[in-house]
Amino acid sequence: MTSYLLETLKTRFPAAVLETHAFRGDETAVVKKEAWKEVAAYLKDELGFDLLLDLTAADYLPREPRFELVCHFYSTKHNYRLRLKCPVPAGDASADTLTGLWPGADWFEREAWDMFGITFAGHPDLRRLLMYDGFEGHPLRKDYPLKKRQPRLPHRD
Amino acid sequence: MGLETLFGHSYLTTRLDEAVNWARKYSFFNYPFVTACCGMEFMSTFASTYDISRFGAEYPRFSPRQADVLFVVGTVNEKLAPVLKRVYDQMCEPKWVVSFGVCATSGGFYDNYATVQGVDRIIPVDIYIPGCPPRPEAVLDALIKLQEKVSKESVLDRKYR
Repeated sequence: MTSYLLETLKTRFPAAVLETHAFRGDETAVVKKEAWKEVAAYLKDELGFDLLLDLTAADYLPREPRFELVCHFYSTKHNYRLRLKCPVPAGDASADTLTGLWPGADWFEREAWDMFGITFAGHPDLRRLLMYDGFEGHPLRKDYPLKKRQPRLPHRD
Repeated sequence: MGLETLFGHSYLTTRLDEAVNWARKYSFFNYPFVTACCGMEFMSTFASTYDISRFGAEYPRFSPRQADVLFVVGTVNEKLAPVLKRVYDQMCEPKWVVSFGVCATSGGFYDNYATVQGVDRIIPVDIYIPGCPPRPEAVLDALIKLQEKVSKESVLDRKYR
């Protein structure tokens, strides 16, 4: 079954869309990192995706490109959903921010920075969201040591 | 009314420890440091079915300066550890600590980068309650064990630890 949304994206961005797939109505498009913001803006302005549901990342170590950004969109007008992904290489773990399009991306991107160490160019305030000041590293990276602890207080005994 | 009327205006001799500990163990003011789902069982212990006031410990004080027993109820993570330490430090002697549930006791199944593997790494603990979460009976049992512990203490014991 051809998907109207995915076909529209592929026609509009033939060079940027790397892959699309759909499973029981869950439609996913994988795009190049360079086109991340441009495709997102098109989704918002032209296709009516007015709600950013979630933005997070995944670590596929040792695959290269290592990381993947995952974004879920919803259109309250059309009752459409779409998942947008983009591969992010370990050597340049960064992407454009979506905060200018959806202000709700702010804390999601801070969380992705905190947990995975992916930076977002143009983010207004890219601080850690969950971990405390002085915490070193990004704990959801697969190479973060499983037993590593960074206590804020010296432990007794 | 009772047997005591036979003694009239008389005197009673006892050891100071006995008298003080008797008063202490039946009048715990507790500070609930509640961070997670264990709090539901903690509330249940306070409610009418289990009725912790039968043991004289029904009065939660949300100021650490007025509290005797610190109940650490639920998961404590590294980010929160300084807060817990500060609450403990603000409590006046004599003070006791109950570690409520498996997360507070050992970290539970949260063996990860964020979770303190037992609050006894931060503050001294007197009684540990196992369970995920503990049933109210277990909480009452812990309270009775704490009363037994208090009744064996000396008034000279409570120094800075």
